Amino acid sequence: MTAVDPVAPVALGRVRGRVLRKLWHNPLGVVGGVLLLIVIVAGVFAPWLAPYPPSQVHFTTPFQQPFTVGFALGTDDLGRDVLSRVLHGTRASLEVGVLSVLLAVVVGVPLGLLAGYWRWLDAVVSRLADVMLAFPFLIVAVGLAAINGGGIGNAAIALGIANIPTMIRVVRAETLRLKESDFVLAAHTMDAGAGRILGGHVLPNALSAIIVQATVIMPSAVLGEAILSFLGLGIQPPDPSLGIMLSDAQQYLFRTVWPGVFPGIAIALICLGFNLFGDALRDALDPKTSHREGR
Amino acid sequence: MTEPLLEVTDLQVSFGDVPAVRGAGLRLMPGERVAVVGASGSGKSTTAHAVMGLLPGAGRVTGGRISFRGEDITHAGEKRLCALRGRQIGLVPQDPMSNLNPVARIGRQVAETLVAHGLASRREAKDRAVEILAEAGLPDPGRRARQYPHEFSGGMRQRVLIAIGLACRPDLLIADEPTSALDVTVQRQILDHLEKLTQDLGTALLLVTHDLGLAADRADHVVVMSEGKVVEAGPARQILTAPDHDYTKRLVAAAPSLTTTPPRDRRTAEPVLEVVGVSKEYRIRGGGGALRAADDVSFTVQRGQTTAIVGESGSGKTTTAHMVLGLVTPTAGTIRLNGTDGTRRGRRRAMQAVFQDPYGSLDPMFTVERLITEPLRIFGIGDRASRRARVSQLLDQVGLSPAMAQRYPNELSGGQRQRVAIARALAPEPRLVVCDEAVSALDVLVQDQILRLLENLQRELGLSYLFISHDLAVVRSIAHDVVVMRGGRVVEQGPVGQVLDSPADPYTRQLLDAIPGATVFS
Repeated sequence: MTAVDPVAPVALGRVRGRVLRKLWHNPLGVVGGVLLLIVIVAGVFAPWLAPYPPSQVHFTTPFQQPFTVGFALGTDDLGRDVLSRVLHGTRASLEVGVLSVLLAVVVGVPLGLLAGYWRWLDAVVSRLADVMLAFPFLIVAVGLAAINGGGIGNAAIALGIANIPTMIRVVRAETLRLKESDFVLAAHTMDAGAGRILGGHVLPNALSAIIVQATVIMPSAVLGEAILSFLGLGIQPPDPSLGIMLSDAQQYLFRTVWPGVFPGIAIALICLGFNLFGDALRDALDPKTSHREGR
Repeated sequence: MTEPLLEVTDLQVSFGDVPAVRGAGLRLMPGERVAVVGASGSGKSTTAHAVMGLLPGAGRVTGGRISFRGEDITHAGEKRLCALRGRQIGLVPQDPMSNLNPVARIGRQVAETLVAHGLASRREAKDRAVEILAEAGLPDPGRRARQYPHEFSGGMRQRVLIAIGLACRPDLLIADEPTSALDVTVQRQILDHLEKLTQDLGTALLLVTHDLGLAADRADHVVVMSEGKVVEAGPARQILTAPDHDYTKRLVAAAPSLTTTPPRDRRTAEPVLEVVGVSKEYRIRGGGGALRAADDVSFTVQRGQTTAIVGESGSGKTTTAHMVLGLVTPTAGTIRLNGTDGTRRGRRRAMQAVFQDPYGSLDPMFTVERLITEPLRIFGIGDRASRRARVSQLLDQVGLSPAMAQRYPNELSGGQRQRVAIARALAPEPRLVVCDEAVSALDVLVQDQILRLLENLQRELGLSYLFISHDLAVVRSIAHDVVVMRGGRVVEQGPVGQVLDSPADPYTRQLLDAIPGATVFS
């Protein structure tokens, strides 16, 4: 019994290697990845990169132009260093983003799995998600933040909760699809329980969709944090936040635009980085574009 | 000697840097019928598409010459090809389900071809379309032309596609696996019809198929392709009866023809599985009433033997298999699996399944080792070390190298995957293995290997199989007993020799007659 198939096995490489290779070949993905790297380094190492503490005021030198000696990006109305505040604000944005994505994943994924697997539960979970989705994402976040009060933690919770329904939908749809697959049918014939099927088969196969959805939630959470802080419902002054910087700069817009331009650019770069990278990741993970070698 | 209608010489086609066709040649005289036969990946479809200038994506002709009526169309522009396609070269595509526009009426889709080639004005085209549909053998074509594709069965849709392919009276019709998505009896009708039409119109036919028997039945000449090259070409009879090339010889030998009937010893008469009077009703949504997917089905599987359930789509064979596996609860009747403790878990341990699609039935995120040990882990058999040893043993039994244990399914070929699926089914030492169309998705040579493997395993391990298939030829080569199903009912059952050699029921006879190549081989 040493029969050999006439078709030699096609060495496609491991899934991870293929995804990385495809990402690398997508120019937009590479741009997004580089942006993301810059943003993350800036956020993580903000305390070491920033030349001043973010809240240190210099009353003698307000409204400095960018590229002034000592203040690379100028100063704001209180003479605070804009570069230091942008770096710390980026850090705060990423913190809120990561926390709210975690919340959406931790709550949304199990609910999505259960709703996709059991029909009777689906009716309850999906209707609740529908009700939440009936309100615009920001209204929900603003409402929750208003109830809970300001602060970085509450902002993250509000944004996380507002993003749970979309995560439920994505995971539920994946579960519905995978539930009908032959390998789940095979698992049934082996008497595998619901836990084994959901945890062992459905979740690992839904992981790529979950990761992609996380990269979609992330920029919207970053944007949401900026908006909440702008409205005074997120991070509270004097803690630095890109949204607060915009709100402060707005009052002095007629004197100088620069304190508003740089946080704006930072927000745009963070969102652009995540969106480009997320798009490229989705393309790389899409099985429809990955079977070309199999021809 | 007249000029050949189509001549392909030393054709080379690549997808990106990957060569798909490496030197294909064929020649088609006016009115002649030529079949291109090969396994999947042999480049047969690519060759056909290259002729029509319809290579998908990154496909490019990198060498050779295609000439149509003496005109070199290898690198012809899109405009010239458009004029040729449909008008002089017609195409019947493979999948009747996805090749008709679901939101356009059938009549309009036929008329469109005529209008596009300027053969009729919009108004004339409408009447002409009805004529063409009538010619295609559609009953009540006037009414049918106003219907939508979803109101047509698969066979009817394929008739429509043939009608569209022939609407402009082309000189050459390319049929790419025109019937592989259809049941055998429908396949036969369609092919008879295609043959008659092309004969009446004097159209040359280029038939692309994986089925050697079908090719021999329907074509004057057969061209055998393997790995992008033409390995043998000649008159159909000669290729089948006196193949020259090694590959063709293997292909002919592997074809599950009707002449090979290995003697079956029937040692024991100890039933492993007894199915008595099982029915399954599905309530039809909205309309009331019920659909009887299975109606009073009874059969047994003897120990160490194979019982096959044969039927076309909708015959209830898969429903029956799912009831046996406990995936569907029967409405009535009993299913007894002997030698188990009667619990669901015990039944499922004693009964394992191998499914049709080796690409779908293995979790892509699992390694081969994890796939095979899954049932062992579920049933709590052995510890880590003993399971690992069992994996090596099982891989060896199914003819795979133990080094494969750390591979992922996407690194394996179709046949290798099906071997892994069999190893997984054997892991908990079942008494009964349910093979649901287990070899239907495989190429002929691989199919033959898997059938031999199943046979050897049965002999060595005393396994019993419940073998679900639509292919009578395959059934003949593996089964001891046959159950023929139609519309949820058993129409005939008995020992394989008796049922297939002297069928009592007309439907069984019809199924047997429909097997392509039966006449050539016998």
